[in-house]
Amino acid sequence: MRFVDEYRDAEQAHVLSARIAALCEPGRHYKFMEVCGGHTHTIYKHGLEDYLPESVQLVHGPGCPVCVIPMGRVDDAVAIARADPDVILTSFGDMMRVPGGTGSFLDAKAAGADIRMVYSPLDALKIAKRNPDRRVVFMAIGFETTAPSTAMTVLRAAAEGIGNFSVFCNHVTIIPGIKAILDSPDLRLDGFLGPGHVSTVIGCRPYEFIAAEYGKPLVCAGFEPLDVLQSVHMLLEQLDEGRSEVENQYARVVPWDGNPRALEAIGKVMELRPYFEWRGLGFISHSALRMRDDYARYDAERIFDLPGVRVADPKACQCGEVLKGVLEPWECKVFGTACTPETPIGTCMVSSEGACAAYYNFGRFTRERVKEAARA
Amino acid sequence: MTTEPMTPRASREEQVLERIERARRRRPRVREERVTLAHGAGGKATQTLVEALFVEAFRNPALETLDDGAVLSVDGGRLVFTTDSHVVSPLFFPGGDIGELAVNGTVNDLAVCGARPLYLSAGFVLEEGFPVDDLRRIVASMADAAARAGVSIVTGDTKVVERGKADGCFITTSGIGVLDGEALSASAVRPGDAILVSGPIGDHGVTVMLARGELDLEADLTSDTAALHGLTAALLDAVPGGVRMMRDATRGGVATVLNEIAQASGLGVVLDEAAVPVRPAVAGACELLGIEPLYVACEGRFVAVVDGDRAGAALDALRGHPLGAGAALVGTVRDDPPGLVLLRTAFGGTRIADMLVGDPLPRIC
Repeated sequence: MRFVDEYRDAEQAHVLSARIAALCEPGRHYKFMEVCGGHTHTIYKHGLEDYLPESVQLVHGPGCPVCVIPMGRVDDAVAIARADPDVILTSFGDMMRVPGGTGSFLDAKAAGADIRMVYSPLDALKIAKRNPDRRVVFMAIGFETTAPSTAMTVLRAAAEGIGNFSVFCNHVTIIPGIKAILDSPDLRLDGFLGPGHVSTVIGCRPYEFIAAEYGKPLVCAGFEPLDVLQSVHMLLEQLDEGRSEVENQYARVVPWDGNPRALEAIGKVMELRPYFEWRGLGFISHSALRMRDDYARYDAERIFDLPGVRVADPKACQCGEVLKGVLEPWECKVFGTACTPETPIGTCMVSSEGACAAYYNFGRFTRERVKEAARA
Repeated sequence: MTTEPMTPRASREEQVLERIERARRRRPRVREERVTLAHGAGGKATQTLVEALFVEAFRNPALETLDDGAVLSVDGGRLVFTTDSHVVSPLFFPGGDIGELAVNGTVNDLAVCGARPLYLSAGFVLEEGFPVDDLRRIVASMADAAARAGVSIVTGDTKVVERGKADGCFITTSGIGVLDGEALSASAVRPGDAILVSGPIGDHGVTVMLARGELDLEADLTSDTAALHGLTAALLDAVPGGVRMMRDATRGGVATVLNEIAQASGLGVVLDEAAVPVRPAVAGACELLGIEPLYVACEGRFVAVVDGDRAGAALDALRGHPLGAGAALVGTVRDDPPGLVLLRTAFGGTRIADMLVGDPLPRIC
């Protein structure tokens, strides 16, 4: 992995760590939200918190795509899979364990449904081509990161006249999610690590209101450990200088105005829904995408009869508070007892990117204790 | 540990974490109504199924050690008995096939118990319509592997099921070996012991994933499948009495083996990520898939826990054998934290490397 090694240099990390510590005002506590689940994963995978002073706290935001899928949509997908023995439901690996009201994809698969894991929507299209007598549905999830590949797959299916392929569209858009968090009255954040992958598509410009209207700095951050540390440093520099701006740490990948081709593909195939439910955050206006009328024949929601039942999140589950950064994962009432990676109640515990699963797997012991033991 | 008084918040966090630890020590229970693929993936779900169902029903001292094979006293001598079923897709992959895997896997289960493998059985479940030519190739490959390992396949069984009721060919092999020296077991592990791996990890798992052709990735990789009894014998000879235990890192990978060692011994394992040998092609494929090499299956690698004072000699012995040329010292056993595997990341941080929950599922972003 020579192409990432330069972003994993421990010596550089020590230099950045010292510069971060020097920027922290004594007695002040800093709380930054990493919006994207990919950042959460990087932070835990590399043990990055060891490089941050105690006064800098990172909280995990709503940017894990599977974490924000409500249970009712999982049930709808299972209903599609069970609609007919001809149906092959496909989705990304992360979705397989997400609990719906009536079980997960793995449970439905064990009960006989043909559910297959794919690595991209194009793989789902390939399955459709190989199985002309079956109906192949791709359960599309994710933010603007994955929406372009879904859109381009639909465009290809249309161009090739493939009639047995459709998309159950659950793509969400990041800006309304962040806005919902900013509008939350119990929120106390000093700034954001902006989602790098999403920004490769939408660019940095859509975040400008966060700095301008809410006075919170945002640094669009990459996913290697040094990217994250440098982004934290850039946020602290802004605070130190009394600035509140949108900055681009991930400029090697993220263009300020985004990727027009990807945005065009999304716009051609999909349109905003009037509202969509986010797990833990409730209904948010104009926060998700659905298929346009022009592509109705590729829209699983129109092809299949879906229960569309809203399944309330389990009462004890506090995913919403965890997603908003109001609660630490360990502060949730069911964390680690009723809700574990083996028996997840909330989606934050399902995906390895979910804040709770990451904390459970990698942070069960306090940072100090892990450090002590490793040094011993 | 810090001696400063804890803040109320930190204290609450400690309480939650202790509660979790208590919950984790509870007897495992199978909560699912049906068997899922996770139950066969080698991680926590497999462990729960084995302990809550099989061990609970069949309980006896030989089984309860949950080692790779059972040590049985017979007429003053000691035999090691083991069994393993093989289901792999595709059946033929770069560097091997299901037949070779079935022989090597059982030979290795005997070898890591410290035994000299002698006899194998082979049970075949074949699907109606399976090409006889493919079966011929598989059987020839088994015969070669058995000859190389110096074992005889002395009994067997064949069943054919209707088309659609199996994935071509499943093979179950059982094996018997003789234990000449001391029995090896996780209960012998001590603080200060060294942890060695016998070569680069993850080659087999990534090769098979790529051979399925689902990933559109290409890499010059072959499976690591091999019979390891020669290598384990070389290690046992080099440090007599110094090898505490060995285990081959099949499904669930090295991280799962280390968690099993930590749990069985009640000790902590500290693993140095930078010291773990991983080929660049394996690291690259894992990076793209969001899977960690530590959890990827090997078929020709084992983890050995050896007396810390004799780690150098043990490592030399491994490296002196062609199958152990890439061996490395990757960690140590400690008192604390009991039952857990800590990872010193290559980046210089620290974290816990837990047992895999189900199959390693790729992340989407």
